[in-house]
Amino acid sequence: MAATGTMRRSFGSLAFSISKRAFSTSPSPVDANGLKSMNLFSAINHALQIALESDPRAYVFGEDVSFGGVFRCTTGLADRFGKGRVFNTPLCEQGIVGFGIGLAAMGNRAIAEIQFADYIYPAFDQIVNEAAKFRYRSGNQFNCGGLTIRAPYGAVGHGGHYHSQSPESFFCHVPGIKVVIPRSPKQAKGLLLSCIRDPNPIVFFEPKWLYRLAVEEVPEHDYMLPLSEAEVIRQGTDITLVGWGAQLAVMEQACSDAEKEGISCELIDLRTLLPWDKETVEASVRKTGRLLVSHEAPVTGGFGAEISASMVERCFLRLEAPVARVCGLDTPFPLVFEPFYMPTKNKILDAIKSTVNY
Amino acid sequence: MALSTSLRSNLIKPLTALTALSSTHRLRSPFSSSADDATVLTIETSVPFIGHNCEPPSRNVETTPKELLGFFHDMALMRRMEIASDSLYKSKLIRGFCHLYDGQEAVAVGMEAAITRRDCIITAYRDHCIYLGRGGTLFECFSELMGRQSGCSKGKGGSMHFYKKENGFYGGHGIVGAQIPLGCGLAFAQKYSKDETVTFAMYGDGAANQGQLFEALNMAALWDLPAILVCENNHYGMGTAEWRAAKSPAYYKRGDYVPGLKVDGMDVLAVKQACRFAKEHALKNGPIILEMDTYRYHGHSMSDPGSTYRTRDEISGVRQERDPIERVRKLILSHELSNEAELKSIEKEIRGQVDDAIAQAKESPMPDPSELFTNVYVKGFGIEVAGADRKEVRGVLP
Repeated sequence: MAATGTMRRSFGSLAFSISKRAFSTSPSPVDANGLKSMNLFSAINHALQIALESDPRAYVFGEDVSFGGVFRCTTGLADRFGKGRVFNTPLCEQGIVGFGIGLAAMGNRAIAEIQFADYIYPAFDQIVNEAAKFRYRSGNQFNCGGLTIRAPYGAVGHGGHYHSQSPESFFCHVPGIKVVIPRSPKQAKGLLLSCIRDPNPIVFFEPKWLYRLAVEEVPEHDYMLPLSEAEVIRQGTDITLVGWGAQLAVMEQACSDAEKEGISCELIDLRTLLPWDKETVEASVRKTGRLLVSHEAPVTGGFGAEISASMVERCFLRLEAPVARVCGLDTPFPLVFEPFYMPTKNKILDAIKSTVNY
Repeated sequence: MALSTSLRSNLIKPLTALTALSSTHRLRSPFSSSADDATVLTIETSVPFIGHNCEPPSRNVETTPKELLGFFHDMALMRRMEIASDSLYKSKLIRGFCHLYDGQEAVAVGMEAAITRRDCIITAYRDHCIYLGRGGTLFECFSELMGRQSGCSKGKGGSMHFYKKENGFYGGHGIVGAQIPLGCGLAFAQKYSKDETVTFAMYGDGAANQGQLFEALNMAALWDLPAILVCENNHYGMGTAEWRAAKSPAYYKRGDYVPGLKVDGMDVLAVKQACRFAKEHALKNGPIILEMDTYRYHGHSMSDPGSTYRTRDEISGVRQERDPIERVRKLILSHELSNEAELKSIEKEIRGQVDDAIAQAKESPMPDPSELFTNVYVKGFGIEVAGADRKEVRGVLP
């Protein structure tokens, strides 16, 4: 990832250790010491602290971020860095993102928060038409690479229509932005720091179900995880499962159950959905010959469709069975019917078995 | 901080002028709850209206004993329902999100008194009491809150999505501000059908900063639509005080070329007067903004304690000085339209009604699982829906 001239200028007088890493997305070694048990919102808070500390022109803004945010991801930031850098916006998503684009265009790191991914749609025009195309249409004169939009997404058990949506596939259809989704606290901190420092506008979806639930040993220092690299989190030989975010925990359980029935599953966390790591998934599918994708968003037009089509293109003759998609149903995210709508462990297990026995 | 103290004092305007009431008729009628409708009382609102680009209506409001007792009953019912919903939520019978309206009852009740069921109301998610005002029953409310079949939206909407088509209540919306352009569309349809009705599009001080409000306002003004935009200003957009979110918290002036009126939203008679005035205005001259200066006792929703961004003193201060139900109670008692004992028995009866409705709603069934797939599209459209994997039944959506 080559650095652009404008971005490098803004890092001019910064700490030596950061300027080298600012545009690289190669992982830094994680040492065994200096680990701290953190949940997801603390890990994200940590990442934001580091981002603001390492770049004096980084700003965090959004609805209610000042007191810490509705999920506590921004606690302590306003006290530590001041109201000039961590501030509340009025209730206007389109305004928030547009404002963030402008701020980024002036060479700043604009970290915008959309309170729930369900509310991101008023900002959709700004993201698709302004942010994604800025560098392209100005012939690289301008860009808003410093923009990172964070939004909590996904089911939470009782969220209903407007606090549970997974809109990632809408954004995966837009060349010019990146879409990143972490699965755990350690991943989230590293990926978020990479996103903030990446010279492209990025939408970062955080699985809200895991904010308090997921606890992990997270390194306390500054580290970054690579974008556009999928990770094989479980090795197997019979079938490849691909997912992201909170859904991976469900898939992991299905894999364990399948193991008991003698099916060896390989589980891949995509991590970056756009641009996504086709090579890793292809290598895995070539090994196993079977593919299953699972996500909470409705199945029709979900990102699983893109993965399926790409793998069929690349590995058609290797495939032993049709690609299975275990996803949300084609209905609006329901209220009382949430347990029926969700792609549960049993649905995934059924699909694993029927794919393997095709 | 100077700004916040002045804000606090703005919120707590004592129930003045109750001792200095003027009335054209002081009828010492015998105490009876079936109060008389013929006597006309003229009561002064707590504070005068403030107009923007319009001549505000008089602060003397005409009412009758029957109407006042009706106000008392309706507001007490709404208050009781919201408190009961609080306990139901805490005992996990209501799940999801629940936004309570207690403190703001005067707006719902006063508005109903000024309009007909053919006028339309559309609001955001703090809609339980508005639904009740529009003719909904307690049973339908509690059923919907608990996600049962017998709820007003068949259990599929929940707390945030109450609707009643036949009584002109267009709901119940999740995304704040999105209901305002919808309201202007309703107004266009009303103007087109020439039936002398109007639409009240309600929103809060948080939503007042949404761009779509101004888009809708421009369209309504351009085409002279009978749209009345009602800003229920309870001074906090979730946890953010109005002065931290808006450069100009004078929401009634934000329409610029559209006239506006600032109303004490805790005074049901003021609300009634303002809505009647607004309806007349809208039918003749197009859109108008009403800012209801009101207050909510609960937090933003059941997940919000409501005390991290405002002091308990402020909340109890407003409850003591400006509570809408207490105001009407004092009016009723000082005009001797009823006595303490009778009012208490009304409240007791309300409590009984609410408890009965809850018991009934608890017994009613959950929606059938097949309802997950109904009403995605128009009935019989024939779209195939696939389940989570190939093995699920491929059904045709009903």
